[in-house]
Amino acid sequence: MAEKVTIRKWFWVWEFEKEEEWLNEMAMNGWVLDSVGFAVYHFVRCEPGEYTVRLEMRKYDQAYVDFVESTGAEFIDRMALWIYFRKKTEKGPFDLFSDIDSKISYMDRIGKFLMIVGGMNLIVGLFNTAGHRLGWLNLICATVLMYALGRIHGKKEALMKERQLHE
Amino acid sequence: MNNDIALTESTFYILLSLYSPCHGYGIMQQTEELSGGRIRLAAGTLYGALNNMCDKGWIIQLPADGSRKKEYRLTERGLAVLRSEVERLRELVKNGDRILEGK
Repeated sequence: MAEKVTIRKWFWVWEFEKEEEWLNEMAMNGWVLDSVGFAVYHFVRCEPGEYTVRLEMRKYDQAYVDFVESTGAEFIDRMALWIYFRKKTEKGPFDLFSDIDSKISYMDRIGKFLMIVGGMNLIVGLFNTAGHRLGWLNLICATVLMYALGRIHGKKEALMKERQLHE
Repeated sequence: MNNDIALTESTFYILLSLYSPCHGYGIMQQTEELSGGRIRLAAGTLYGALNNMCDKGWIIQLPADGSRKKEYRLTERGLAVLRSEVERLRELVKNGDRILEGK
């Protein structure tokens, strides 16, 4: 008789920090993420502040999930290229990246993905506009992804600036 | 091995923790303890660093027995990198002391 709640919510790719913040606010209010769908989040009851939730864009890799779980966290679910974890706060603080260098390479990883998907949409869109009707959808996707790339690049620049003075 | 490049604090403490064989979570605990709670390695950061260091040949992954947690250990090359870093840090401290403390 676990209590459950489902919330539909949309986050853009560059809003992953905002998404994580929201998931942790939910946990603070006694609802912890239990599974994820496309723009839909399922929560179950928990003690307020019982969990810390983290998400990461990464090609699913069982060895990585096992590694993170071996540090006391729990794999929740994955959606497209995003992986979600939670860890009981009593087991200590929970972060996925702890230094500037690894945060920078994480931004690179997201950027590379956006570049590939954005580039594919651009190519498909340009070809399709000649004959098919829906090619413009690909061009819209490409535009959004390129915008996302710019936002991620901005985050990376800020980190690089910091990195010049200290690690 | 490149003598001109300083190790990051994370890299330094990971290598130091692997002076004797250790698994991922053990490295996190040792690093936190050695640094007096100042440095907490996060799982993603540590995972990436371990893979990089394996590629560079600074550490090796020990043969896993079944489903046990993977253990790692420093190699000769990793030990040399660590020693030269300690030497470099000694120089920094020596110069810092000399000028600031007049030693």
